[in-house]
Amino acid sequence: MYSFELVRPKSLAEALSALKEEDAQALGGGQTLIPTLKQRLAQPSKLVSLSAIDEIKGVCVDDDGRLCIGGGTTHGEIVASAGDYPALVSLASRIGDPAVRNRGTIGGSIANNDPSACYPAACLASNATICTDHREIPADEFFQGMFMTALEEGEIVTEVRFPVPQKANYQKFAQPASRFPLVGVFVARFSDGVRVAITGASEGGVFRWTEAEEALSDNFSPEAIEGLTASADGLITDLHGSAAYRAHLIKVLTGRAVKAAA
Amino acid sequence: MPKDTGIGASSKRREDVRFLTGDGNYTDDINVHGQAYVHFLRSDVAHAKINGIDTSAAEGMPGVIRIFTGKDFEAVGGLPCGWQVTDRHGQPMQEPKHPVLAHGKVRHVGDPICAVVAETLAQARDAAEAIELDLEILPAVINMKEAVKDGAPKVHDDLTSNLCYDWGFVEENRAAVDEAISKAAHVTTLELVNNRLIANPMEPRVAVGQWEKGTGDYTLYTTSQNPHVIRLLMGAFVLGIPEHKLRVVAPDVGGGFGSKIFHYAEEAFCTWAAKECRRPVKWTSTRSEAFMTDAHGRDHVTRIELALDADHNFTALRTETYANMGAYLSTFAPSVPTWLHGTLMAGNYKTPLIYVNVKAVFTNTVPVDAYRGAGRPEATFQLERVIDKAARELGVDPIELRRKNFVTEFPYATPVAVEYDTGDYNATMDKLIEIADIAGFEARAEESKKKGLWRGLGVNSYIEACGIAPSNLVGQLGARAGLYESATVRVNATGGLVVMTGSHSHGQGHETAFPQVVADMIGIPEDMVEVVHGDTANTPMGMGTYGSRSLAVGGSAMVRATEKIIAKAKKIAAHIMEASDSDIELKDGKFTVAGTDKSLAWGDVTLAAYVPHNYPLKDMEPGLEETAFYDPNNFTYPAGAYACEVEVDPETGKVTVARFAAADDFGNIINPMIVDGQVHGGIAQGIGQALLENCAYDEAGQLISASYMDYAMPRADDVPFYSVDHSCQTPCTHNPLGVKGCGEAGAIGSPPAVVNAVIDALQRGGKNVTHIDMPLSPARVWAAMNGATANEGAAQPAARDSGSAEGRSLGGQV
Repeated sequence: MYSFELVRPKSLAEALSALKEEDAQALGGGQTLIPTLKQRLAQPSKLVSLSAIDEIKGVCVDDDGRLCIGGGTTHGEIVASAGDYPALVSLASRIGDPAVRNRGTIGGSIANNDPSACYPAACLASNATICTDHREIPADEFFQGMFMTALEEGEIVTEVRFPVPQKANYQKFAQPASRFPLVGVFVARFSDGVRVAITGASEGGVFRWTEAEEALSDNFSPEAIEGLTASADGLITDLHGSAAYRAHLIKVLTGRAVKAAA
Repeated sequence: MPKDTGIGASSKRREDVRFLTGDGNYTDDINVHGQAYVHFLRSDVAHAKINGIDTSAAEGMPGVIRIFTGKDFEAVGGLPCGWQVTDRHGQPMQEPKHPVLAHGKVRHVGDPICAVVAETLAQARDAAEAIELDLEILPAVINMKEAVKDGAPKVHDDLTSNLCYDWGFVEENRAAVDEAISKAAHVTTLELVNNRLIANPMEPRVAVGQWEKGTGDYTLYTTSQNPHVIRLLMGAFVLGIPEHKLRVVAPDVGGGFGSKIFHYAEEAFCTWAAKECRRPVKWTSTRSEAFMTDAHGRDHVTRIELALDADHNFTALRTETYANMGAYLSTFAPSVPTWLHGTLMAGNYKTPLIYVNVKAVFTNTVPVDAYRGAGRPEATFQLERVIDKAARELGVDPIELRRKNFVTEFPYATPVAVEYDTGDYNATMDKLIEIADIAGFEARAEESKKKGLWRGLGVNSYIEACGIAPSNLVGQLGARAGLYESATVRVNATGGLVVMTGSHSHGQGHETAFPQVVADMIGIPEDMVEVVHGDTANTPMGMGTYGSRSLAVGGSAMVRATEKIIAKAKKIAAHIMEASDSDIELKDGKFTVAGTDKSLAWGDVTLAAYVPHNYPLKDMEPGLEETAFYDPNNFTYPAGAYACEVEVDPETGKVTVARFAAADDFGNIINPMIVDGQVHGGIAQGIGQALLENCAYDEAGQLISASYMDYAMPRADDVPFYSVDHSCQTPCTHNPLGVKGCGEAGAIGSPPAVVNAVIDALQRGGKNVTHIDMPLSPARVWAAMNGATANEGAAQPAARDSGSAEGRSLGGQV
């Protein structure tokens, strides 16, 4: 770790101001950034901790019935407070271990957009809206590729608004070492259709399996996707599985998610 | 009724109180006044010529005390190898130099190039980043079979090739074995990989070197399983420090699994630099450094052939193994694939003809050395896998095929140079069948099927050679050390005892189990006995802990020393009670005279030894302190039978271990609870090897599995509750406690059980898969089920249902 200055603002405004400094970086729960710093793979001059900003924490339901989760809300708090969206609670409860869940935040996770993170699948499948300090971004536009998002320099995720589906389920097939998803599939059924988001599998990060969405929108049952094949093009091949294996898992897990949700 | 004290009691591990409450004294807890810190600048490439090192900018950085390079160590010895193997042509192995800091070339990722000593660790790291290296990248050799081809890049330019040795055992049997195989009614062949592992003890390595200007004495605090061996190797062969001027202390050590047996460069560096810098120097390994500097384990590629006659008797066995040495010879590396592996190829079976060939190969990878089991898991895995395959090919019950070929008469001299003193392999198999409820398997398989899962059963036997070892024998085999053990038993005036042992406890529970023995012999409470270990200043010269030897060898030394204590105490008691010492009996801490009502308490006699007012001073010295050195006259042979049940998810290939049972014969047992714990841990490591752990390199020699993000350690939910039993006991015939050792059994016996079970599940599911290389990850199992290549382009052996290990090395390469 290189030395850096640490500030811990109490308001969003103070945080935004602090982040204007060159080489300043926002620190959420630190579950990715701190190990990165320890490895000396990043050298920010200033870390702006978001952990003391109460206005970006907490869970509530808005007038449209959407579940609104502050960007600084930890996975543990979501498990405790997001009971209106059981599939999301289930997802959050399986991230890392208790220590990770008590520090890591939803805003930090989606801002990082690790291709194997769980939340991006939930956001994309739920058609969530990502709110920042100055705008609202639909999930379909937010996630732009491996570790890439629509966020600008110094922009802070303040809230994620989840429309609550009629039925939903998240299937996570753990990579044996990291226990991040080797493939994770989030299926959400709304009155106007089904959305299927895949994480862990693609070189391009989280994505929607549109063929499955169409088939499931017509017939929300595991049989509906039997004739489909997820393409292995652009999927990750690594020590833990080939692109073909990941493509296979996408289909298996989608079927299981539908079965569990239906 | 189970005993509540002494031999056979499950006494609670007294050391765990301090370990679990944060009051242990681990090496990193040791800080010496005025210490500086060292950071090693390590190679990030597998193979390169060092054309230049520019430290000028770094020298001037804040806090820098001195920067060392390989040149500074030109006058210092290299790290020695403790075992010389002679090849099948009678020639000694090729033995490369192993400098403390790389000189001329770097040979693996992690090879230390510079050492920066500074006031703080952060300053040392900052300065290391300012060092400019001029490295000329050379082609790396990772794949063993490529490495031994003509024209392959050489890891060591001054050796004739990358072949360390080509070992044949027993060479004289080769022709007879070949003939028996050619005439056999049936031959089963299997090619397999014993995957490379990283030991991952919970505590990374640490070294603190200290030099006292006033006395010229050196002290090294280090994470070691054998501080006396480090003192001898480092003092005599590396730094030229006489042993009486060098103290090595290994306090509470947080696990070793073999990886802390060896003498490492960082230990020598810190000791030597302490004098050069006139400052104590401390190094604490990061976890990342541990991945690329701790000796790795296993890494064999083997072809094994088992010949059977028409009645299914094993008639001959032939194996050919490529064993990865890595870039340098770690301390005991040459012995692992040879004497710790070849001598176990008979297993539990009376196969009359065996020939073992091992080619040890240098590659641009981290050195490989002993890891829990060391050679014996490699032998057991290939043998128990090929027997299972043979049973399937012949359509016979795998348990009955084993029973038919079990050794049943003892002592039994194997065709691979060892003599099993005792055992009962049918007894442990019977016990296994009972505790594993093999009879209930089919019903459980039906239940699994209802869940859409395929259940499989894997059973195997194992035998290991422990209690290492008779010194004169291992000397003939190339060991450059004796392998006795020592103990000094000091009785204090008030009756308490201190056992100073050459064995080393780094999790095994010696501080609890050793006192149980001594307390039992004298008849006093266990808490009157204390164990001291891990410091060359206050223990007799001992060889340390590995190879499940502590109780069998170290415990025997302790028994011998205690016997001397008791003999002398009886003479003192006889003098005081005016009786003949042959009439004195010691029981329950009380001396009595046979046939009389005279008695003396243990404490009366110990007091008399140190306050010798009424004492036979003409005949005996005062005091009560004895030392014994015990050199065993044979190995011990723990053996047993293991059963694993798995459930395979046919859609994903994921394997879940549903049940695991172990029936072990460890001879006599001192503390059943500790033995259970040792078996549990060993099985967890074996399941880890079989299903999860994979140390993989890419073609350029980069370690792919270089952190816990990619190296899968077994976790609590990866393993089931175990059924373990050690009631089958054939006591060792040649040591005073009749004990055999239990530390490695679990890791030796479990991998074939897991793999056999997965193959069984796949076969029951209608997939004709006969082998998958470890670890049986979901991706590999799925690929094998579907006849696919596990991974295109990724660095790991392909799963396959048959075929050849050709071209794959055990850097995990394609």
